[in-house]
Amino acid sequence: MRHTISVLVENKFGVLSRISGLFSGRGYNIESLSVGETIDPAVSIMTIVTTGEDLVIEQITKQLNKLIDVIKVVDFLEIDHVEREMILVKVAPRKEDKPEVLQLAEIFRGRIVDSGQTTYTIEITGEEKKISAFIDLIKPFGIKEFVRTGKVALAREGTRKGK
Amino acid sequence: MKISGAEILVECLKKEGVKHIFGYPGGVVLNIFDVLYDEKDLQLILTRHEQGAIHAADGYARASGKVGVAIVTSGPGATNTVTGIATASMDSIPLVVFSGQVPTLLIGNDAFQEADIVGITRPCTKHNYLVKDIKDLAQTVREAFYIASTGRPGPVLIDLPKDVTAGMSDFVWPQEVKIRSYNPTYHGNKYMINQAAQMIAHSKKPVIMAGGGVILSGASKELRELAEFAKIPVTMTLMGLGGFPGTHKLSMGMLGMHGTYYANTAVQNSDLLMGIGVRFDDRVTGKTEAFASHAKIMQIDIDPTSIKKNVRVDLPVVGDVKNVLRDLLKTLKEIKEQQWGAVRSAWLKQVERWKEERPLTYRFDKNIIKPEFVVEKIYEVTKGEAIICTEVGQNQMWSAQFFKYDHPRRFLSSGGLGTMGYGFPAAIGAQLACPDKIVIDIAGDGSIQMNIQELATAVINKLPVKVAILNNGYLGMVRQWQELFFKERYSHTHLESGNPDFVKVAEAYGAVGLRATKPEEVEPVLKEALKVKNRPVFMDFVVDWKEKVFPMVPAGAAIDQMIFDEEKEEKKLKAVK
Ligand SMILES: Cc1ncc(C[n+]2csc(CCOP(=O)(O)OP(=O)(O)O)c2C)c(N)n1
Ligand SMILES: [Mg+2]
Repeated sequence: MRHTISVLVENKFGVLSRISGLFSGRGYNIESLSVGETIDPAVSIMTIVTTGEDLVIEQITKQLNKLIDVIKVVDFLEIDHVEREMILVKVAPRKEDKPEVLQLAEIFRGRIVDSGQTTYTIEITGEEKKISAFIDLIKPFGIKEFVRTGKVALAREGTRKGK
Repeated sequence: MKISGAEILVECLKKEGVKHIFGYPGGVVLNIFDVLYDEKDLQLILTRHEQGAIHAADGYARASGKVGVAIVTSGPGATNTVTGIATASMDSIPLVVFSGQVPTLLIGNDAFQEADIVGITRPCTKHNYLVKDIKDLAQTVREAFYIASTGRPGPVLIDLPKDVTAGMSDFVWPQEVKIRSYNPTYHGNKYMINQAAQMIAHSKKPVIMAGGGVILSGASKELRELAEFAKIPVTMTLMGLGGFPGTHKLSMGMLGMHGTYYANTAVQNSDLLMGIGVRFDDRVTGKTEAFASHAKIMQIDIDPTSIKKNVRVDLPVVGDVKNVLRDLLKTLKEIKEQQWGAVRSAWLKQVERWKEERPLTYRFDKNIIKPEFVVEKIYEVTKGEAIICTEVGQNQMWSAQFFKYDHPRRFLSSGGLGTMGYGFPAAIGAQLACPDKIVIDIAGDGSIQMNIQELATAVINKLPVKVAILNNGYLGMVRQWQELFFKERYSHTHLESGNPDFVKVAEAYGAVGLRATKPEEVEPVLKEALKVKNRPVFMDFVVDWKEKVFPMVPAGAAIDQMIFDEEKEEKKLKAVK
């Protein structure tokens, strides 16, 4: 199963390696990881996406909780939540394709954040499905460079579902 | 007034009530050692290897219940501690280890004797620190002792760059420690405890499986009260030995790979298995799918990560074992309708029958010393009043089987990591912590050579530690597996021809060396050794090399698929495969 886990941590050096060690020590890959400060600069929040057997992930979440620098861990699997990711794509369409690329960006509520002689850099924000749909559609026009932030997630207010 | 980082460190240790530190000097910890030179209240015990220092601190902690402390230098000094730290980590032993580090500005530059010890020990410490600012030093030390000794205990390492211990600052001792992200659960959930009481009340064939958690939380009394009140037979893991009296009529001794027939059989036939302070290690469970398959499993542990890690758990109770057992007993006593005696007597009778059917035995031989006989004699001669340390291998298992531990903190053994070379330095630590007790390391001829240099430490500190070497001339436990599973191909397990004369080795260090080669010499040698009060004693017991540890559960088999001495092992093994 694919799990999105958010981890609230003390903003100290070494925390990231403690956390990634729990995954790598079990041969588990972190698919995406985003880290940033919270409103309290002494605290950071990490959002980790990983895939693995539920039992192992449960053990990892418990181990995460056990780390001295970890304040809180939430596995979003059973929790109704909103998630977003942002990508930046630099495309180099042929001249005749340019209108179509611009149109695509518009349909996906993207923004052109930079344009050069032959390239556009497009910013798209959304959930996973939207992002991958966009990537599929834009690919044929020639992606030159591509970068994504990794997922961030927050629980929806008062609508806990599941167990 | 400003004082140096080294002085701050020593002040902190005194505030923490530390009396003994084990250590080894080097360039970047010179400032600390210089302060210790004049120190009257703190004694530094110089070991002869950093691994010895950590095991000694560990033995000190296990025997006394206090935090063990060690100081080593950077680079090789620090890396030499890793085995000791991992040993303590696997067995949840509270240690605070200080390692020197190159000056902060040089960290990461491959400076002379630099090692990233914080990175190296990250997976085998409960927590570790690099102190980058002298102002954080006192707070860090305070936190380290707090973290090491609370919750599920464990080792904490503090890396101290040279400029931090050499620098000057004010000493401010933090009045309290509060770490917002560290809040162990000490009390069990009421609902869960009620459920647990109901489970016990409705069980006809319960078994308690007690582990190291019972000893760490100081819950022996509570465990005994519960077992006696609800009439539940008790088996212990290697780490749990002494947590419940070994001579108690409800005791079934150790379970697992080399556990007793009756303990393993009782677990397999139980309808309720109460794991208390255990993590269900694979040496205990054997094949997990076949483990206690008729039983509901209850698990009481302070560490949520221990729960459901290895086996299914029907009822988890997270909390400190001592508190949970106390609450559980109280709740049980409120269940009026239960007639413990009547319900349990059939089960207890059955357990008694299993005990009679296949007790722990070995075949005495009047011509050659059986290693089990030595352990039995040690028990007899000391009347069971001794702290027994072990090395790893057959010596460890025989020490677990043939000595009955009636009190906690009397059996010190590397259970989780299985570290050869642990026992002797641990015995040195234990003897320092308990100067009035008899401390005996039951050793193998292989293991003792892994930290034999600590003879110097014991001699110079006049510690009367006894080492009983069960000298079988082999890496016996490995040889046993080679005999049973590798067609007697003894690949690189023969030691005899390379073994030193242990009596002479002892004497060369200024210790006493004794030897027994016949069964009738065993008791006189032990009695002679016990008379020595100011020096360590090596006893070289030349034992039957062919002796194997039984019963034995082959790897991957269910724990009731045991093989015994007298059976045609070959046949049975084939059946298991
Ligand atoms: C440091 C270390 N290396 C290797 C092993 C693997 N090992 C387990 S038992 C054993 C043999 C121990 O021999 P000895 O100390 O003579 O004890 P015996 O089994 O003969 O009583 C070995 C090599 C280990 N446990 N620890
Ligand atoms: Mg041996």
